[in-house]
Order: sequence, then C-alpha cells, then structure tokens
Amino acid sequence: MSDSKPIIELRHVDKSFGPFQALTDINFSVRPGERVVVCGPSGSGKSTMIRCINQLETHDAGSITVDGIELGDDTSDIRAVRQEVGMVFQQFNLFPHLTVLENLTIGPIRVRKMGKAAAEALARNYLERVHIPEQADKYPSQLSGGQQQRVAIARSLCMEPRIMLFDEPTSALDPEMIGEVLEVMVELANTGMTMVCVTHEMGFARRVADTMVFMEGGRIVEVAPPEEFFTNPKSNRARMFLDQILEH
Amino acid sequence: MRQKRFKLHWLDYVIAAVVIAFAAVIWFRISGALNYKWQWDRIPNYILRWDADDGRWYANLLLQGLINTIRIALYSSVLALVLGTVLGIARTANNLAIRMLARTYLEVLRNIPPVVVVFIFFFFLSEQLISALNMESWARGIARQDDIAVWEFFFGDMRRFPSLISGVIVLALFESAFVGEIVRAGIQSVGRGQREAARSIGMTWVDEMRFIVLPQALRRVLPPMSNQFISLVKDSSIISLISVQELTYKTVELVASTRMIFEAWITTACLYFILCFGLSLLFRRLETSAPKH
Ligand SMILES: Nc1ncnc2c1ncn2[C@@H]1O[C@H](COP(=O)(O)OP(=O)(O)O)[C@@H](O)[C@H]1O
Ligand SMILES: [Mg+2]
Repeated sequence: MSDSKPIIELRHVDKSFGPFQALTDINFSVRPGERVVVCGPSGSGKSTMIRCINQLETHDAGSITVDGIELGDDTSDIRAVRQEVGMVFQQFNLFPHLTVLENLTIGPIRVRKMGKAAAEALARNYLERVHIPEQADKYPSQLSGGQQQRVAIARSLCMEPRIMLFDEPTSALDPEMIGEVLEVMVELANTGMTMVCVTHEMGFARRVADTMVFMEGGRIVEVAPPEEFFTNPKSNRARMFLDQILEH
Repeated sequence: MRQKRFKLHWLDYVIAAVVIAFAAVIWFRISGALNYKWQWDRIPNYILRWDADDGRWYANLLLQGLINTIRIALYSSVLALVLGTVLGIARTANNLAIRMLARTYLEVLRNIPPVVVVFIFFFFLSEQLISALNMESWARGIARQDDIAVWEFFFGDMRRFPSLISGVIVLALFESAFVGEIVRAGIQSVGRGQREAARSIGMTWVDEMRFIVLPQALRRVLPPMSNQFISLVKDSSIISLISVQELTYKTVELVASTRMIFEAWITTACLYFILCFGLSLLFRRLETSAPKH
C-alpha cells in the first residue's frame, strides 16, 4: 500500500483571498484507501485546502492532481473529478425543497444519467447503510441534525465516489448526535474508502486515521501517523494544540 | 387571543360623515353645476348585450375589453416570467459583461416614464417583429377560415391578433425588468452552501440552476411575484396607447360614442378593482395554504 501511486496530490499549492494568503506551499498526497485526518486551529486553512481538492476553491499556484487528472481551467475535468470526490459539509447543505430520497437520487439521475428506478434502489441501499431507511420520504427539515448529516453522507455516497472529503462534519451537531455520525464514518472507513476528514474528534482520529495532518497559518506543519502524533508530536504548535483540545 | 370588538367610536362617525359629505358635493357638482345626465341604466348593455335576432347574449365593449385584458395579462406574465428569469440569472452571473448588460436594461426601464417605454418598445421592437414575421397576413388568413373558435377563444378577434401580440410583447418587456429584480433577489437568497453541494456532486451550471437554485428561489419570491402580477394587470391599461383593444381602450371608445364619461370610467374602475382585488385575495389564500419546505 505504501508504494502505490497517490490518488490525491497537492504540490506547492498557494491560495489567496485578496491580499490574505490562506494557503502557502501546501505539499500533500493521499494514497488510495488512506484515511487522513486534518486538524489545526480555526482559520488555519483546513477548509480551504480540502475545498481545493474538488475545486470549490481554485488554487492560485502549484498543481493539484486527483485520480490522475490535473485540475486546471477545464470545467469538464473539474466535473469529472467532482463525480469521483464526495464532500460532506459542516452545515449539511441538503436540498430543502427535495425529499430525502430525491436528495439522494438527483446526483445519480442528473449527473450519472442513471434511470429513476435504479437510482432509487441505490439510494435506499445507502440510506440503509447510514441507518435511516425509514426517512426516505421526509423532507430534510423534518430530520434531526444527526440524521441530516447522515443523509448528506448518503447523498455523496450515491455518486459512488472513490474519495470522500469531510469538512468538520460533526461541528454543527448537538453533542448527543455526534456519535451516530462518527459511527457511520467509521463504518465507511472500514470499507476501504479513501477519506480526508477535517475534524477535531480525536477519538475518531485515533480509531481510523492512517495519517494525521496538522495545519497552522495556511501551512502544513506536521504530517505523522496517529500513534506518533498523539504521543510525541514533533512541533511545539501541534503539542499546544493537542493539549488544548484534549483538555475537554 | 381576544377578538377585537367591532365597536364604533365617535371618530368613526365623524370620518363617515366627512366621506359622505365629500361624495355628495362631487355628485352635486357633476349633476347640478355641469348639468350632467346620469344614464346608469345603459351601462349593463355595454357589458352584456342581448341579441334578439340570434336569441343569445354577446359580450359588449366593456366585457370584451375585460376579457382581452385578462388574456394579455396572462400571456405577458408568462413571457415576463421567462424574460425576467433570464435577466435575474444574468444579474447574478459571474461574467461582468452579462451582468452590466442586464443592469443597464433595468436602469433604463426604471428611469424612463412607462408611456415612453411603451412607445419605444412598440415602434422599435414589436412592430418590427410583427412585420418581419409577416404576422398581419398570417392572422388575416386565419380570420378568413371557417372554424376559428379555438383561435378566438385564446386571442379574441383574429384580425386584431398582431395588435394583441405587440401589446403582450411590450407589456412583457416592460415588466420583465421588475420580475428580473425579484428573481435576482430570490437567487441571492439561496445560500452558497446549496450551490456548493450541487457542484460537489458534479452538476453542471445549468442543472444547478434548474434543479437546485431556481426551484428554491422562485418559491421564496412567490409573494412579491404575485404582487408584480397584479401590477402587470394594472399596467396593462397603458398599452391602450398603442391601440390594443383592452379594457381601457374599449372604455375610451365607449365614452367617445356615448358621452357617458362618469358611468363608463367608474364601471371600468370597478372592473379593474374586482379583478385585482380578487387576485390579491386569491394569492393570499394560496400563500397560507402552500407547503413550507
Ligand atoms: N471566501 C473567503 N474570502 C475571504 N477569506 C476567506 C474565505 N474563505 C476563507 N477565508 C479566510 O481564509 C482563512 C482560512 O480559512 P479556512 O480554510 O476556512 O480555515 P479553517 O477551515 O481551518 O478554519 C481564514 O482566515 C478565513 O478568514
Ligand atoms: Mg473550516
């Protein structure tokens, strides 16, 4: 596994918002099947980095290659990559005017050009996987936060992506609902899915991560296996950060 | 909650007295000083006319006008909605040239009096379009056919078809600017996260608009949109200036031939009021019963 070709590769990536440099010289790669957890203080550029992977943000310099496609100005390339890369947002971003089932099938039907019946079968299968098969005909607003986030995960999975990105998927949830979402994510990790998760759930990180990435000030400060990262972080920054969040 | 009681205050009596006195003075001046002869009894005949020879009722001037107003309002609102949606999308486009073009259109329409806009659209656009499409002779051809009931149901007198169509176009172009602003507000009210979610599953821009943004945007702007529709019904009277045979035009005709100035205009005002107030009650009803997703 360690010598297989990277499925995501960022080289010397820079990104600015106006005068503010959000990412500086990001070098980072992910192998197929690898589970990467990204952490770091708020504003350190974690979201910006993973949003560059599916080009919700465009990078200013450097190169990003996903599944063999180098991301540039070609919109059809970007769409091709987005079909292979699922994304789960902090705020769920379910489509409120569509039922749960429609939220799940719209991608397969409109993007993958799948038939309606096949798409629904697929959607029900993934709803089963996230443990809410009975909510198919409800609207997102009728579900709890934890259920909504699991629908959002299922919506991404319905596109049968090779890579899943998570941007603080549990940060907007009430504490009692965090567990059910993490459980689904652990199950997903166990299927061998390539995952990049921005999260501060260190228990989850310990359980599933192959690699920890620590960011600060728009730079990657440390990349290490979790045992090493949690017990003996190389950088002072990471140590201080861990002390802070593990206190709770 | 306690019901508000329907109890008259002394101020209510004063206001009522003032209103009645004012109406009486006007009435007195018209019938007394102007020596005006009221002929209210003739008005119903200009709405519905009984034809003794055929033994059936016919719509006369005012009702014909009202029906045409309704036709024009329906067609031009559909056209205005289409144009307005395009404009609204253009107003939120990333491309600067597209955005400026849409903005210019809006500002021009906002800052020119409607009457001038109507004449300009009429002479520069719809007249040209109608002659380019050779619509005059096409419509006359239809009018000569035997079985034109369906055509007449939708468009009234087919010989007047080109005039009706140019009225519809002019009105739609005029209203589209305002519809466009409403659509823009609706599009901007759809959160960035929605669009990012659509994009992140690989949707094209067109699909993102069609299935995610516009359905939510249009649902949210239903109340201002229905107000705009009522405005459109009222604004339609302005195209009487380009001889479209709608209610206002027909009233002018009626007044010219019968001299029943006050009766005719009051009746027309009532017809517009019933139509618009009825619509606003209907929309309010629909809004409260619409699903909230
Ligand atoms: N669209 C944007 N416009 C301007 N600044 C932004 C934008 N998105 C993020 N930033 C800035 O970039 C920095 C990194 O943001 P982000 O990647 O969201 O950090 P994190 O996810 O680690 O909290 C922050 O300082 C943020 O204010
Ligand atoms: Mg973030």
